[in-house]
Amino acid sequence: MDFNQSAEDNLFDRARIVGKPHARIDGTLKVMGRAPYAYERNDVAADQLVGYPLCATIAKGRITHMDASSARAAPGVVSVVTTLEIEPLDRSENNVARLFGGDLIEHYHQAIAVVVADTLEQARSAAALIDVSYQQEQGVFDLEAAWEKLDNTGEPLSDVGDVDAAFQTADFTLDEIYRTASQSHAMMEPHASIVDWSDGGKMTVWTSNQMIEMNKQALATSFNIDPDTIRVESPYVGGGFGGKLWLRADAVLAALGSRASGRPVKLALPRPLVFNNATHRSGTLQRLRIAADAQGKITAFDHAAVSHTLPGGSGENPVNQTRTFYAGASRRVAHQLIDMNLPESADMRAPGEASGLAVLEIAMDEMAQKLGMDPVEFRILNDTQVDPEDPSKPFSERHYVECLRQGAAAFGWEARNRTPGENREGEWLIGHGMAGAYRGAPTLDSGARVRLQGGRLIVETDMTDIGTGSYTILAQTAAETMGMAMEDVEIRLGNSAYPTSSGSGGQFGATSSTAGVYAACLALQEQIAKHLDVETPRFENSRVLAGDTDLALSEVANGEEFVAEDTIHFGDFKDDMQIGTFGAHFIEVGVHAYTGETRVRRMLAVCDAGRILNPITARSQVLGGMTMGVGAALSEGLTVDLERGFFVNHDLASYEVAVHADIPEQEVIFLDTTDAASSPLKSKGVGELGICGVAAAIANAIYNATGVRVREYPITLDRMIDQLSNAAP
Amino acid sequence: MRAFSYERVSNPAQAAARAAEVPGAKFIAGGTNLLDLMKHEIETPLHLVDVTGTGLNAITETSNGGLRVGALVSNSALAADHRIRRDYAVLSRALVSGASGQLRNKATTGGNLLQRTRCPYFYDTGMPCNKRSPGAGCAALGKGASSRGLGVIGTSEACIATHPSDMAVALRVLDAEVETVTSSGETRRKPLDAFYQLPGDTPEVENTLEAGEMITAVELPAPVEGHHAYFKVRDRASYAFALVSVALIQTPEGKGRVALGGVAPKPWRRDDADAALPQGASAVMSQLLDGARPTQDNAYKLTLAERTLAALLAQE
Repeated sequence: MDFNQSAEDNLFDRARIVGKPHARIDGTLKVMGRAPYAYERNDVAADQLVGYPLCATIAKGRITHMDASSARAAPGVVSVVTTLEIEPLDRSENNVARLFGGDLIEHYHQAIAVVVADTLEQARSAAALIDVSYQQEQGVFDLEAAWEKLDNTGEPLSDVGDVDAAFQTADFTLDEIYRTASQSHAMMEPHASIVDWSDGGKMTVWTSNQMIEMNKQALATSFNIDPDTIRVESPYVGGGFGGKLWLRADAVLAALGSRASGRPVKLALPRPLVFNNATHRSGTLQRLRIAADAQGKITAFDHAAVSHTLPGGSGENPVNQTRTFYAGASRRVAHQLIDMNLPESADMRAPGEASGLAVLEIAMDEMAQKLGMDPVEFRILNDTQVDPEDPSKPFSERHYVECLRQGAAAFGWEARNRTPGENREGEWLIGHGMAGAYRGAPTLDSGARVRLQGGRLIVETDMTDIGTGSYTILAQTAAETMGMAMEDVEIRLGNSAYPTSSGSGGQFGATSSTAGVYAACLALQEQIAKHLDVETPRFENSRVLAGDTDLALSEVANGEEFVAEDTIHFGDFKDDMQIGTFGAHFIEVGVHAYTGETRVRRMLAVCDAGRILNPITARSQVLGGMTMGVGAALSEGLTVDLERGFFVNHDLASYEVAVHADIPEQEVIFLDTTDAASSPLKSKGVGELGICGVAAAIANAIYNATGVRVREYPITLDRMIDQLSNAAP
Repeated sequence: MRAFSYERVSNPAQAAARAAEVPGAKFIAGGTNLLDLMKHEIETPLHLVDVTGTGLNAITETSNGGLRVGALVSNSALAADHRIRRDYAVLSRALVSGASGQLRNKATTGGNLLQRTRCPYFYDTGMPCNKRSPGAGCAALGKGASSRGLGVIGTSEACIATHPSDMAVALRVLDAEVETVTSSGETRRKPLDAFYQLPGDTPEVENTLEAGEMITAVELPAPVEGHHAYFKVRDRASYAFALVSVALIQTPEGKGRVALGGVAPKPWRRDDADAALPQGASAVMSQLLDGARPTQDNAYKLTLAERTLAALLAQE
């Protein structure tokens, strides 16, 4: 099915099921521990062995010698594969560092051996017996030093109008430097796989991955085998956040171990490897300048940033949304990548936007303050309904102003204290802050197959559910389209034997994959119509209705099975407009007047993301984003050892994600909007919108509470305690 | 984890004797720290002596008006004991600020005292660490190292790790004593402060326990009059080690005692600092943190310690 123009009025505008709150259909399985996650799938292949990785303890250099003889002789050990024994595996286009093979060390904790044994304990213990010698090389690890060299050089991504003139003539200007930290996905379930490649022929992979087809292709590239010989299953994923978009070492090492041992091998990355072996969000340094006239109209943005990557990677581009979020005739944005020898940086929830809005939305607060304007009103004044770089391009739907107004009203924004540092309850300085949220609404082609078996409909697609609610919204979509009850629909996901879907990432999954299921259901309807020889049948109450025909769906096939498959193809008409999601965050914090500890007390998000397919699962996504935003603002930051070149805080005790006690009352309001340009369901994603702007809203609230403006994340107490002296009792 | 043998013993003297006799032996009780360390091969015992059957589970009243806390009393049970809550509130408050409910249920009084540092370099066997491998060097003192959570005083050229316990900070301000049994069956007793050793040139030695010697109890003297407070400062609201913590007992006249956690290789207290309490937080800290040698990363702890004490004093 081609989606080549904006959707017209359709069944989703009169939906019975789509858009209504439905509890997760996989919820019971998960609560009872019966949803099979990759590492627990002991039933899928007999005689499984356990693999354990050995990883490099230098950041850059070469291995000169490895001796695995003690490991091979250790109790229970079946196989050992060292990186020196095989040629470097080919890299898929989405991998920057080698996953295995050869003597080159590109980053700390790069995998250099896998030990396969009867038990985890035996494999782990034997891995420690492998003797490794290195020839270490000097690496580059300090983003700050790199920034100093590169400041204001390089080609901008865009340069519109006359930025320099705008700053010369502006009534108000801002020019500040900001820093965001490298962050880890720190998902609860680490990367884990079971691989059966026992005979070196067909490969079956039970894994935890967001993108099944991409994973299959990457495996084929890595091992130089025919992708058709590979089957990948990933029906349940215990959190991904972008960290499981790519093929990683777990599946590669399990495959090598399986081939070497002739048995299926399971392997999970030990927790420290989630931080230094797998990917992370790169830290950034950003310089942001804003110019405005006396009335508060922005005349120019100048946003320059650097992030780090291993040579050939893409880092974290935090400047892109500055091109389109607010009005203003002139703007220049530039992002430069610094080659550094830290572990591989790549996408993490709202890649670019999370770090960019964490900065832009502080700058907007600072600018409003300079202008003496309310930060909400300042943003409303600078709203735009067209792409400011190309005013011929409209936004398909943009209700940012409504988000700001509804949020301000619901939060009680007007009643806040406006003078920083003057609202105190006992030991706590109370502050209020807000920020805007903006994230694109991409869609990817997505396929599905539907099977009508009696009165039941089975949906098969390689779409994944990474905790987002895919099972539920796809069941809603299929039930709605086929006029069936939710209970009569079974959803099968995450299997490369099923049609290729969008996968999960970039907040494109829900909108793309529901449209794919819709397309497949329409194909099934066509088949049924042809079979019954009727025109334009209606599907209602599990029946087919057309003229004199009134037949239960269960009786259509006469014991046979109807199978239909289709893929939604999103057309390039979308390129003529900007399609985005918008939001506003309002947050209350308390900052301890003596210690500088910040605790969030109240959070509100208002979201404009088109049709909300399921308010329960969508709200859950936004809450998760807000929670991750609290971590990003206050505690999550990978600390670099600038000499040894690795992330030092590589466990969940030292890399502090928010815990329950950190998360207060959270409220989410969805605007009742639709976006016909997005998909037949007129929905857009929310999974990444929820984190966008949260950190800045907290930073702004801290400023309101204390009068201290911190421009470096995470905003830990040591970054403000010296300045708090004045605000102290 | 290295392969190890395992046995259960039924009384403390037997435990001590076995631990001295079997090469590479260690005691295990709750195992909340030791098992993690064994999985990382930071601890590599060849033999574990399980002491959970030695009957040291009681909190009993002593003849001098104090309490004797058996080494196996769990952190949860100790924090909840009505006598502790009434007469030693600083201890109860310190305990509940630590770890999580599940960990406190398993962790014991003796084990808590012996938990190892949370220095990230100690936990990464790819890094040199004098505490883990004597003479290997200290990665935390490297020129690009991250030391935000590490010690500012009592540290050495060989090690700047801190002791992570909250409980021990409260015990220090209470003048608790550690009771042990040696491998020859002799009972010994030491003030907590003397029990812990500063790193000096031998950071692998953290206390005065001899081979086989086992903690059997912690003895609390008669209750100390005054307001008991424990303030643990951390980056997130729960389940985090202290950046700085302050244990305070203060009389209505303003006299009292102060101990710090999160700043040193052991709970940090000085008599002259206690004496300065009536003069306020700044006076206390100029004594208590005299001689501090912070890194650039953790110098904030000096300010933070003073402000945290000031917050407690202002609560009066």
